[in-house]
Amino acid sequence: MVTLNPDFVSELATAGGENAKMCFQCGTCTASCPSGKNTAYRTRKIMRMAQLGLKDMIIGSDDLWQCTTCYTCEERCPRGVPIVDVVIALRNIAVANGKMYDAHKKTASNLIKFGHTVPINDKIKAQRVELGLPEVPPTVIANEKAKADLDVIFKATGFTKLIG
Amino acid sequence: MAKYAFFLGCIAPLRYPGIEKSTRVVAEALGIELVDLTNASCCPAPGVIRAFDKKTWIAAAARNLALAEKNGLDILTICNGCYGSLFDAAHELSENKDLLADVNEILSKIGLEYKGTTKVRHFAEVLYNDIGIEAIRSKIVKPLEYEVAAFYGCHFLKPSKIKQLDDPENPHILDELISVTGAKSMPRKQKVLCCGAGGGLRAGFPNNAMKLTETNLENIKESGAKYIIDVCPFCHLQFDIGQKDLGYTFPVLHLSQLYGIAMGMDVKELGLSAHQTPVTL
Ligand code: SF4
Ligand code: SF4
Repeated sequence: MVTLNPDFVSELATAGGENAKMCFQCGTCTASCPSGKNTAYRTRKIMRMAQLGLKDMIIGSDDLWQCTTCYTCEERCPRGVPIVDVVIALRNIAVANGKMYDAHKKTASNLIKFGHTVPINDKIKAQRVELGLPEVPPTVIANEKAKADLDVIFKATGFTKLIG
Repeated sequence: MAKYAFFLGCIAPLRYPGIEKSTRVVAEALGIELVDLTNASCCPAPGVIRAFDKKTWIAAAARNLALAEKNGLDILTICNGCYGSLFDAAHELSENKDLLADVNEILSKIGLEYKGTTKVRHFAEVLYNDIGIEAIRSKIVKPLEYEVAAFYGCHFLKPSKIKQLDDPENPHILDELISVTGAKSMPRKQKVLCCGAGGGLRAGFPNNAMKLTETNLENIKESGAKYIIDVCPFCHLQFDIGQKDLGYTFPVLHLSQLYGIAMGMDVKELGLSAHQTPVTL
């Protein structure tokens, strides 16, 4: 059964998606969405479901994860709804409720492990040296202290625990 | 001399080091001093990390912004993703003092504070706005005759309300930056269509990502362009790797690599061996 969840409005607001309420359902976003052309994802529908508090429906479906964050809809929305912010807020809520795709989780654990979303490898090291660049770029991966600092941030925000 | 904190991000230094190298050489030729933003991390990636946990995203972004602020420098990025992430984070932190205070509480644990002064710039936009087309023209030693597709990507210009660089529906900055090398930017349909990689799509829903890539490649082919010129290592990767399965063979170059060629850099220094689709010049 579909249940309306009035408390969801405040949950969404806390996550940064408060302005979903400004949407008046014109459908310009759906008509502009390149991702919706290939999938069942309908931007307008997500906004409506957010307004109604259909939390379980939103976080239970793949649709929310089809947005490429291209901003095409947001540029055209006549109500100035920060659509991408709303999508991001909804995704944050989905993730907090345990909805995580393995591929995304991998990216997140790379960040925790290396401070970057992709690891370095021997081939890249060799190419860098050949180009006269330092073998390892002068970022967090080249400095243990900096990496430890980053870990402190991830622990403080609960990210390390979230990704597990 | 313009001086910036050079923010490397992930994909350029760790997958396409030629983009990093070309940027360093081209910047020097144009009188831009790049000081490595040492100890920086991933921006962090807007598509997955911001979508997972905004608080983590903005705290880690603020650490990067604070490191640049400590050096008294604005940030220069070569990636739309990094630009999007860091620009948005800096914007939000300048608008929302409570958020800034929350973030600083976290940063204080590592002895950092972000005051909110760092500006975030994109390489292509710095070239266009600060260096200028005429100054660039004077450095072109090898005029190019390529017919190319200018690929803007999404987060270079959008959201335009805060970036205010160009018309997001029909932009011209990159076309002009390309034309000055002698190369011809071919008009095409859906010029600002997403490459498909963003928002976690490449990792999570590759079929949908590839459909967007394919539509772009069809439009590029129809336009008569022979090369793809991008301003983002992630769009770069999506085309360079993605087109292999789709049967296309467009050489993909970051703007810095195109400039490297036009400014007389040795082709060996462009790092083309990292490209999956062979680049013939
Ligand atoms: S374009 Fe804006 S107002 Fe119209 S349906 Fe989409 S979010 Fe709502
Ligand atoms: S930002 Fe997301 S919802 Fe909006 S047009 Fe792009 S893919 Fe569609």
